[in-house]
Amino acid sequence: MLAKKFSLIFLLALILVFTGTSFADEVNIGVYEPLTGPMAAGGQMTLEGIRLAHEMYPTVLGKEVRLFVEDNKTDKAEAALTVSRLIELRRVVAIVGTYGSSLAMSGGPVAEAAGIPVMGCSPTHPLVTQGNDYYFRACFIDPFQGYIMATYAYETLGARRVAIIQDIAQDYSVGLAHFFRQAFVELTGDPASVVGMSSYQTLDTDFTAQLTYLRGLDPEAIFAPGYYGDVALLITQARELGIGVPFLGGDACEAPEFIEIGGAYVEGVAISTHYSADAPVTEESSKFVAAFIEKYGYSPSAFAALGYDAYRLILDAIERADSTDPQAIRDALAETYRFEGATGYITMDEDGNAVKTGVILEVKDGEFVYGGSVEPR
Amino acid sequence: MSLTHFFQHLANGVYLGSLYALIAIGYTMVYGILRLINFAHGELLIVGAFIAYYGILIFHLPWWFSFIIAIALGALVGVSLERVAYRPLREREAPRISLLVSAIGASFFLQNLGLVIIGGRHKSFYRPPFFAQTVQLGDVTVMNFLFVLPLITIIILGIVFFLVYRSKTGMAMRALAKDYPTARLMGININRIIAYTFALGSALAAIGGIMYALRYPAIHPLAGVLPGLKCFIAAVVGGIGNVPGAVLGGFILGMLEIMGIAFFPHLAGYRDAIAFIVLIIILSFKPTGLLGEQVVEKV
Repeated sequence: MLAKKFSLIFLLALILVFTGTSFADEVNIGVYEPLTGPMAAGGQMTLEGIRLAHEMYPTVLGKEVRLFVEDNKTDKAEAALTVSRLIELRRVVAIVGTYGSSLAMSGGPVAEAAGIPVMGCSPTHPLVTQGNDYYFRACFIDPFQGYIMATYAYETLGARRVAIIQDIAQDYSVGLAHFFRQAFVELTGDPASVVGMSSYQTLDTDFTAQLTYLRGLDPEAIFAPGYYGDVALLITQARELGIGVPFLGGDACEAPEFIEIGGAYVEGVAISTHYSADAPVTEESSKFVAAFIEKYGYSPSAFAALGYDAYRLILDAIERADSTDPQAIRDALAETYRFEGATGYITMDEDGNAVKTGVILEVKDGEFVYGGSVEPR
Repeated sequence: MSLTHFFQHLANGVYLGSLYALIAIGYTMVYGILRLINFAHGELLIVGAFIAYYGILIFHLPWWFSFIIAIALGALVGVSLERVAYRPLREREAPRISLLVSAIGASFFLQNLGLVIIGGRHKSFYRPPFFAQTVQLGDVTVMNFLFVLPLITIIILGIVFFLVYRSKTGMAMRALAKDYPTARLMGININRIIAYTFALGSALAAIGGIMYALRYPAIHPLAGVLPGLKCFIAAVVGGIGNVPGAVLGGFILGMLEIMGIAFFPHLAGYRDAIAFIVLIIILSFKPTGLLGEQVVEKV
């Protein structure tokens, strides 16, 4: 009997929470990012940008924007769960997120089924938006990123034999490895120019066996399209094994942890990413960098910039739609044309991907240094 | 695969194997005496590593002193864990399965406590330059650490043997392992001996954690889960409760992981699968583990 009473009270409390979260003069926007787990750095950097954007642009259509942040814990199941929690419990009209393509591909179908638009900040795998009318993104996709790094290996490094080591548990890594291989073979015209490929899994810490195998194939450069923590350890172990060839990475290497963990071992590593504070592309870029440094005291990462843009893209769509109806927001997002973001001018293609310039960063004296831009093909 | 590469793989295997062996010793020792699988062992590894990390970072201690403090505090954390999570259950004579669940709970608690206090981002663990220096043996490159690690494992093995088989407290521990009530009747202070066992097991975990962090210098609160799990399995394969068995199991697991890739490079993504298939085969032939003995159930 007592238990019944308690469950009734609990239910009432739950209903209160439900109703308490939505007011007519407020717009609820959800955020799901990996704030803990192996991708925590990426999620937290993105959140810095989202929070800054929310501070700078706290209203839309005269209504106050309320931000609901959920931690998806770098877990695919949790990613789907956080999206439904945002939709069911917080009644959000749009969602920003998430770092990590696998996480986005797990949250995406939930949002699509509920008809809530999602603006991806940095998931670069093509399948995140393909076939999902409600998923958009502020970043370029991996076929382009693979092309950037393949060109870098071929032209800047002059490499004709490369090896790849991928994280087989991450869609991002497997996808990027594939596109890099494709682009490199296209450049050399020789399928054998990618001399070998090896794999590991997220949370692995020992890569010595894979690296010893790759060393035996005598590559001139090694492409490691994994996440920052793993790749930093991997390069450390490679150098300890006496492998001296240049390493290349993707945007997921951009995190302070990459350099903290890798130290002197990651000197000279080149990665592709979305944006560099050293090379502002729009007026909004300079405004963003100044505001960011004032708030946090250090220079923003590409992910902070993408988080900032993703939030503003949603606000822009709400304004153009003149409505907070999720369907109207989705339709307005799909028509985004030359939106001035911190990472460049953003136009959505038919799949909901931004077509943008890519940036190369090189690690020099313990810092990521701007190493050039690559225009979209 | 050339001979050079084979030797390089062998060195890598010895490395990983002695790391697993070192961690598995702590696991198996606590089990051997208390018949309790301390699932929080993986978390105690990380607790040790983090204390050492902060000792160097915040208190600017010399690394070796910070390591000693970490081992001592790690033991203290283990004893407190026993006091809070295991002893109350034991005193109410809870079934063993409840203790196991409590251990899993403690493991989750420590993980999440770590996330709240420290945050989920990787921290870079300090490595004394000497450890990271590499030595060239022909075409095989190894770190100095490779020579240090098996040595430490062997020394720890010796210390554990001495404490359990040659000291008076060790005798009490073994008496406890055989028969609780009788040990109590013989005037053994059960709670003290169990606390002592936990202190020892947790100190071993802290040593293991520090060694793990020295080898893979990226630590975060969830970093103990995988090594904890793997070393538990290593201890089972060696025969849980048997200390030399844990060392053997650890070496076998480490070697299997490395050699699996060495011989089947195209299946590198299935490394764990290869290693664990072999372990399942071993267990199906020797269900009590390689050096484990058939335990006669007490009536």
